[in-house]
Amino acid sequence: MSQATGTDTTGTGVIQSVSGPVVTARDLDARMNDVVYVGDEGLMGEVIEIEGNITTVQVYEETSGVAPGEPVENTGEPLSVDLGPGVLDAIYDGVQRPLDVLEEKMGSPYLDRGVDAPGIDLEKQWEFEPTVEVGDEVGRGDVVGIVEETVTIDHKVMVPPNALEEDETTEVTAIESGSFDVTETVAELANGTDVSMHQEWPVREPRPSENKKTPRTPLVSGQRILDGLFPIAKGGTAAIPGPFGSGKTVTQHQLAKYADADIIVYVGCGERGNEMTEVIEDFPELEDPANGNPLMARTSLIANTSNMPVAARESCIYTGITIAEYYRDMGYDVALMADSTSRWAEAMREISSRLEEMPGEEGYPAYLAARLAQFYERAGYFENVNGTEGSVSAIGAVSPPGGDFSEPVTQNTLRIVKTFWALDADLAERRHFPSINWNESYSLYKDQLDPWFQEHVEEDWPEKRQWAVDILDEETELQEIVQLVGKDALPEDQQLTLEIARYLREAYLQQNAFHPVDTFCPPEKTYLMLTTIKTLHDEAFDALEAGVPVEDLVNTEAAPRINRIGVQEEYEEYVEELKADITEELRSLY
Amino acid sequence: MKEYQTITEISGPLVYAEVDEAIGYDEIVEIETDQGETLRGQVLESSEGVVAIQVFEGTSGIDRNASVRFLDETMKMPVTEDLLGRVLDGSGRPIDDGPEIVPEERQDIVGAAINPYSREYPEEFIETGVSGIDGMNTLVRGQKLPIFSSSGQPHNELAMQIARQASVPEEEEGDDEESSEFAVIFGAMGITQEEANEFMEDFERTGALERSVVFMNLADDPAVERTVTPRMVLTTAEYLAFEKDYHVLVILTDMTNYCEALREIGAAREEVPGRRGYPGYMYTDLAQLYERAGRIQGREGSVTQIPILTMPGDDDTHPIPDLTGYITEGQIYVDPDLNSQGLQPPINVLPSLSRLMDDGIGEGLTREDHADVKDQMFAAYAEGEDLRDLVNIVGREALSELDNKYLDFADAFESEFIDQGFDQNRDIDETLEIGWDLLSMLPKEALNRIDEEFIETYYREDDSEREVVEAAD
Repeated sequence: MSQATGTDTTGTGVIQSVSGPVVTARDLDARMNDVVYVGDEGLMGEVIEIEGNITTVQVYEETSGVAPGEPVENTGEPLSVDLGPGVLDAIYDGVQRPLDVLEEKMGSPYLDRGVDAPGIDLEKQWEFEPTVEVGDEVGRGDVVGIVEETVTIDHKVMVPPNALEEDETTEVTAIESGSFDVTETVAELANGTDVSMHQEWPVREPRPSENKKTPRTPLVSGQRILDGLFPIAKGGTAAIPGPFGSGKTVTQHQLAKYADADIIVYVGCGERGNEMTEVIEDFPELEDPANGNPLMARTSLIANTSNMPVAARESCIYTGITIAEYYRDMGYDVALMADSTSRWAEAMREISSRLEEMPGEEGYPAYLAARLAQFYERAGYFENVNGTEGSVSAIGAVSPPGGDFSEPVTQNTLRIVKTFWALDADLAERRHFPSINWNESYSLYKDQLDPWFQEHVEEDWPEKRQWAVDILDEETELQEIVQLVGKDALPEDQQLTLEIARYLREAYLQQNAFHPVDTFCPPEKTYLMLTTIKTLHDEAFDALEAGVPVEDLVNTEAAPRINRIGVQEEYEEYVEELKADITEELRSLY
Repeated sequence: MKEYQTITEISGPLVYAEVDEAIGYDEIVEIETDQGETLRGQVLESSEGVVAIQVFEGTSGIDRNASVRFLDETMKMPVTEDLLGRVLDGSGRPIDDGPEIVPEERQDIVGAAINPYSREYPEEFIETGVSGIDGMNTLVRGQKLPIFSSSGQPHNELAMQIARQASVPEEEEGDDEESSEFAVIFGAMGITQEEANEFMEDFERTGALERSVVFMNLADDPAVERTVTPRMVLTTAEYLAFEKDYHVLVILTDMTNYCEALREIGAAREEVPGRRGYPGYMYTDLAQLYERAGRIQGREGSVTQIPILTMPGDDDTHPIPDLTGYITEGQIYVDPDLNSQGLQPPINVLPSLSRLMDDGIGEGLTREDHADVKDQMFAAYAEGEDLRDLVNIVGREALSELDNKYLDFADAFESEFIDQGFDQNRDIDETLEIGWDLLSMLPKEALNRIDEEFIETYYREDDSEREVVEAAD
């Protein structure tokens, strides 16, 4: 956290009262959202209310034992994050303190209080390679050089966006390649700005951009139901609501592992400690599907587990999105996963109730909808201030109480996001994973992404998708009848449709996240799988028309092999052979 | 020591007192009444001049002349290995007439959060000997896996069975020293004396008491005390696990009573209530308990939690099971319908879940085919369950041959796999073999979740190969 880099204080006050994470102080000269140090132990906090001489502070650490009369010191700075090489391959708590450094500093596996650490290593040397020369004109946000941050990512050192006015340029007066730490000046500008690799940015303020564009490229996730039926765009927003046990976290992990973004920011907001540990243990060992490098090389993790102080949970979402914006400015496509935004909303509710604010719906503060909207609006496909294009995709899990989607967090989220992946407890119960309900889910990006799929996969991608949707819709209707009269009472063609729909559900929509091959399914394979089922459909209906009884059509040798396409590494040959076998077998029946 | 006779207000479990010096948040307080009785409490809110105190034993007997002493420290639990075999009250004081406990250390009961970076991911299988758990929803060391039950169900019997049988396979062949490192800590919150007796008798009968620590807050004990009992329990568990290398199994019953106590305090403080009157911070509060399960890198021991909660109205959308489910790593459902059918234990595997099982099972851990067998059984049982509704309307004759097989499977699954009795201890091999016996009732082609290789090895081609079961009807 950047306050550790400059601990000058601008004023002190005295604690007046303590109630959980909320502390009030007298005589503190502070602005809203200034970061303060509370008590003799110097616990980090943030000003959230000023009333006359009384300042209210939310404290990011446990407040047991803190007493009135102890001092409060103001840093005079808003809550900021440290940006620079070293953010990737790092794991932070909610206020960007690196957890590995904390473990070392505290000498204990438990999180102690009053220990601060900068978000990036201030002493580590990086090899800086300039991309501009002395005499070149640069504007705000322009890249002056490159540092190899990880094996996967080149970190672009930029002129801070607040160093110059919009459209203003200035001359580079000195720049050199070499080995520097992040605080050293790597370039000097004529207007007096010294550019270093280290920037600070207040988390609650979006970084500036030129303008927002309509996203037209999909964020390919390697998950069949997402890519195939409900795609999200690079720069898009999505919500994954679902009751506990329906697979929110697994879906988020799958996206973090396989989405074709350049950078992943994963925010574990108020979730389980063991789950974060799993990510910490797995990601360095997993391979990035794009280049085979360790997955951690493109990932920044923020782990604020459910038992960490609630105020830090409120801020962790902002910490995450600010980091995402910083890499967007370099021209990268960033995907941010927030698991779960409900815990974030609950943190707001808890703080709000301690402040005795008038509650809105279900005790949530009246500004809940506004905060959610502000967060998701920071996502998008941007034209950056330096002329490059980059994107931030935001994917938020929602944990509605009792799995009831009518509650405020889900509803307010749905008003903003354009992709909705509804998780379903019934599907999860029968171990249909990912348990995304195909009737309730939607993607409003479908049409604007179709040209990409047509160009990169196959021309009839939209038609094939529509065919699958139609079959699944028809199945839903037929199932209602089946529940009343049984399957055998249906006409033969409808029985056959049910059989086809079953393959769609079991082979196409289900995907085993724990199978080494099936876990990632490229769009080409998604497409081929669908065409195989379509082949079965067409051939079977031809046979039916030729008079073959439906019992013979559903008991073929070849068709069940569709269920194994997912686990085939050499899927192209397999599918080819399978299609031929299906055709041959069905045609032999008449 | 600071002492005052300045009580200004007494309301429910809360006492407000004027003070002229700084009192720390969460500090411990002793209140002495006129009758010479000493009550204990904790600072809930501290402002200049006035503090709010929550009294554990309840406020009856306190008047405005009572004296208030601030002990200048937060609540501590005296811990030592000698606690094993002892019975304590809900605030950690011995009630078993045993010798005085000489603490080795006094630890803060609030307990700091474990740094996720320092945790070790739990992946060691715990064999509970219960097929519904081992086979379908495997428990691993360091997991928190609650039992979701409702009033009148045998959740206590299930918890006792787990406590009795739980073992880690590789230890069984090891020497006694290894297996003696297993400890059970039992935290009772607001359960009846009768329930408590059941547990105690079982502990004594099986000799489990020697390796147990029992904390008893009974139904007629002060409700506010319940808010500290689980913290005492978990502080002891952490000490034994991470400093004394024990594998600790913590059973907390009944979490519903704990949450009721939270609500009571919230109401007394006139807080803005969240859902159904429970405080808005209940998620955070529960997380601070449940998240104390786990393993830590470089430490031998582990803390595994099995909290039991009775869902009011058997409704899992009630805030208590709901918030619990969002924090814990799965849940085991005890089902009233299965119970009335006489199944022991009446575990409904379909809504049950163990989030950590995927990494805890498989080759070298349990058996290579475990994951596939589990997936297939879930799918087949769910299919059979669905068909039961249909059968009620159209009758068996109207169903296809395959559908009839699924129905038979579902019946056999309940009678053979789940209904093992509270005294039978099955090892994982036996559980999986029964699984194969049952799956072999279905045609090979229907086993689409199982690797062909395993079907080759384990599928019973004809009935004579079955090891344990004959079909249900």
